[in-house]
Amino acid sequence: MAERIESGGLQRLWQNGLLVLVFTLGAWAWASGLLPTMAALWDDIAYLGRQHVWLVVVSGGLAILVGVPLGIALTRRQLRRYGDAVLQFLNIGATIPTLAVLALSMSVLGIGARPAIFGLFIATLLPIVANTLAGIRAVAPHLIEAAEGMGMSPRQILIGVELPNAMLVIFAGVRTALAINVGTAPLAFLIGGGGLGELIFTGIALNEFAMMLAGAIPTALLAIFVDFIVGQMQLWTIPRGVNPLR
Amino acid sequence: METVDYILANWPLIASRTGEHISIVGVAVGLAILTGVPIGIAITQNRRAAASVLYAASIVITIPSIALFGMMIPILSLIGQGIGYLPAVIAVLLYSQLPIIRNTYTAITNVDPALREAARGMGLTRLQRLREVELPIAVPVIMSGVRVAVVMNIGVTAIAAYIGAGGLGAFISRGISQTDPRQLVTGALAVSVLAVVSDFALLALQRLLTSPGLREARAA
Amino acid sequence: MIRLDRVSKVFAGASAPAVDHVSMEIPAGEICVLLGPSGCGKTTTMKMVNRLIEPTSGEIYIDGKSTADQDPVQLRRTLGYVIQQIGLFPNKTIGENICIVPDILGWNRMRSRKRAAELLEMVALDPAIFIDRYPKELSGGQQQRIGVLRAIAADPPVLLMDEPFGAIDPINREIIQDEFLKMQATLKKTIMFVSHDIDEAVKMADRIAIFREGRLVQYDSPDNILAHPANAFVSDFFGGDRTLKRLQLLRVPDAMIHDPPTVTADDPLDRAAALMAEHGHTSIVMVGPRGRPRGFVDLKTARDGRGKVGENHESLATTIKLSENLRTAVSTMFRHDVTWLACVDEDGVLKGYVTLRGITHLLAGAYRDG
Repeated sequence: MAERIESGGLQRLWQNGLLVLVFTLGAWAWASGLLPTMAALWDDIAYLGRQHVWLVVVSGGLAILVGVPLGIALTRRQLRRYGDAVLQFLNIGATIPTLAVLALSMSVLGIGARPAIFGLFIATLLPIVANTLAGIRAVAPHLIEAAEGMGMSPRQILIGVELPNAMLVIFAGVRTALAINVGTAPLAFLIGGGGLGELIFTGIALNEFAMMLAGAIPTALLAIFVDFIVGQMQLWTIPRGVNPLR
Repeated sequence: METVDYILANWPLIASRTGEHISIVGVAVGLAILTGVPIGIAITQNRRAAASVLYAASIVITIPSIALFGMMIPILSLIGQGIGYLPAVIAVLLYSQLPIIRNTYTAITNVDPALREAARGMGLTRLQRLREVELPIAVPVIMSGVRVAVVMNIGVTAIAAYIGAGGLGAFISRGISQTDPRQLVTGALAVSVLAVVSDFALLALQRLLTSPGLREARAA
Repeated sequence: MIRLDRVSKVFAGASAPAVDHVSMEIPAGEICVLLGPSGCGKTTTMKMVNRLIEPTSGEIYIDGKSTADQDPVQLRRTLGYVIQQIGLFPNKTIGENICIVPDILGWNRMRSRKRAAELLEMVALDPAIFIDRYPKELSGGQQQRIGVLRAIAADPPVLLMDEPFGAIDPINREIIQDEFLKMQATLKKTIMFVSHDIDEAVKMADRIAIFREGRLVQYDSPDNILAHPANAFVSDFFGGDRTLKRLQLLRVPDAMIHDPPTVTADDPLDRAAALMAEHGHTSIVMVGPRGRPRGFVDLKTARDGRGKVGENHESLATTIKLSENLRTAVSTMFRHDVTWLACVDEDGVLKGYVTLRGITHLLAGAYRDG
């Protein structure tokens, strides 16, 4: 997401869009008798919502904790030659639809939260590793040369030069990965992992729009919310000097 | 292995579901190109419009596919098409907008300004400039956006099986509900293979459509 | 051929005009260089001719027709346009690039291709090799030549060039400038050429238009401007060595003493001395049977010596050709520590002398008479 959008316009758009969204949803909810249904289902929404968030946080968190170090490791001297092969493998892996990943995870690990988390973890891992790898490799060689020339150790170069400059790309990878994660989390229901997907799929199967929307809308809002949070983190935590957004 | 036997035994079914799958993705992405590329070109004229359109498209894409399907059901039920082929195509069409519009917009705004000035100074009309210079240069990037759209939407279409759209996702959904690992693995493998093959095929197409003058310099 | 009548351009929100009531006329077949410091309005002025920028007031006439009356796109197709960054379309072959305007004007393919091949030959690039190559396979200098060819492909009578040679290294730049002048000698196009390089302007222009802060300060031939700058700005702009710059505009015959007295090897020294006294020279050239210089004798040797010229001559360090300019002549004199040179034609036959004194006098003549 490299285009430079004026942040003032962004703020205004975000506010307007949210307003329109809420209004439309409100009108719709009124018309389709959603509100009473949602009120009745509120306990379920809350419970499943917590499960949903749990799935996202655990699988996403694991993916970040494993993915970023893995990406960094692949740029270090010893493992550098495997970098291209791994990148190719990751690229192919990234084309595999997440439903398939979950299905395969289930066929190996059975049903429940564990295979769901594992499947989501795998799906989320790939963009993070790929972007970390690419981001560090993309750091201008003359910066590293200057750092080496000044006598910085490889570890100091990593922390002081490579990571700050790769931050933007890594964050973009995390953002994409979490978007995929939140987007696929509803499918966890299919393999017994719970989450808001239960309301959605059950609603579809039983032909009850209200139930389905009761699951779909919170899911959609959660997805937008997570993306927004990560976007803000990207804006504020990356140091100004390497942050074109600031 | 049982799965292999299953595949061999049900080859026609696999083929027909693959056909359904390709049809949904193909039609939808095709339409997305017809809408997305002109929109991408149009917003290069106006930065504010560009910001709005791109942000709107990126919001659409963060909505999980099953949620999007779900939200369309009530609307499309009004014309009796709540489930099945149409919602799947519409969802894929919407999801494809961001990669295609964004890539078109980026590619065209990144065209070297010197080329634009030379073209204008020589007396090419806006349309001629687009056709002779800007679009051919933008093709590789636009195609890359189409590739992303196709691969992503092969996955989305797999989920569409849950709203009755057919396709290879049906193997997965039946495999789960009937606790049949053969169907499950068949479906998962089929969708994966389709995705990987499409990616490579479109990459080849991208190379074909790129002018030789734009490719990496060949050894003298 | 190109006439600007009180043309002005004021950009929105600017306090001063970028171009302020400029009037000038470029006769057909001449190169006019718009010269001046950054921001003086020269590029803006040129871009108003092909209406990439619209004038705020004033009229521009090309061959008698006002540019304002024509559709801008159609107008541009009748003018050649070359920019500094060249702007060859990377997705098209060289042949396709050259023929862009002919193609949109509807020429048939064979005619276009023939034209492209002709033009490539004109700049010594073998069509068989280059017509199907792509821009990225060519060097910067080659690309720049193609840029010029592209501008003249449809044979427009007028060419607009915006610092076209600025992006090339100095060595290649000189070569391309020379080639271009040769091409212009045949094609005789009317050319408006923007430059900030004084030496380029002096070399290429039939007339120079000096711009400062949007106004046309002086419009004249290079030699006149160098000899008679209109004000302190112009003289400072060309620098304290501007008289030296005039040297490259003059050729050896301009300063040469024609029909010089000569002696042969068999002439006695007395004759040499007498000739020198008669003409007021301090040296005389000894020539061979076909008139080629073989050496020289100076006045002192002729007076004090005995015998024939052939026994007492010194050898000439070097000679200078009639086709050379005076800057080269002076440079040669400095190198060989002499104050005069024997001038020869292409066959080596002596045609005259050129002296430092004579050159000085010639240059100063502009200031005495002017």
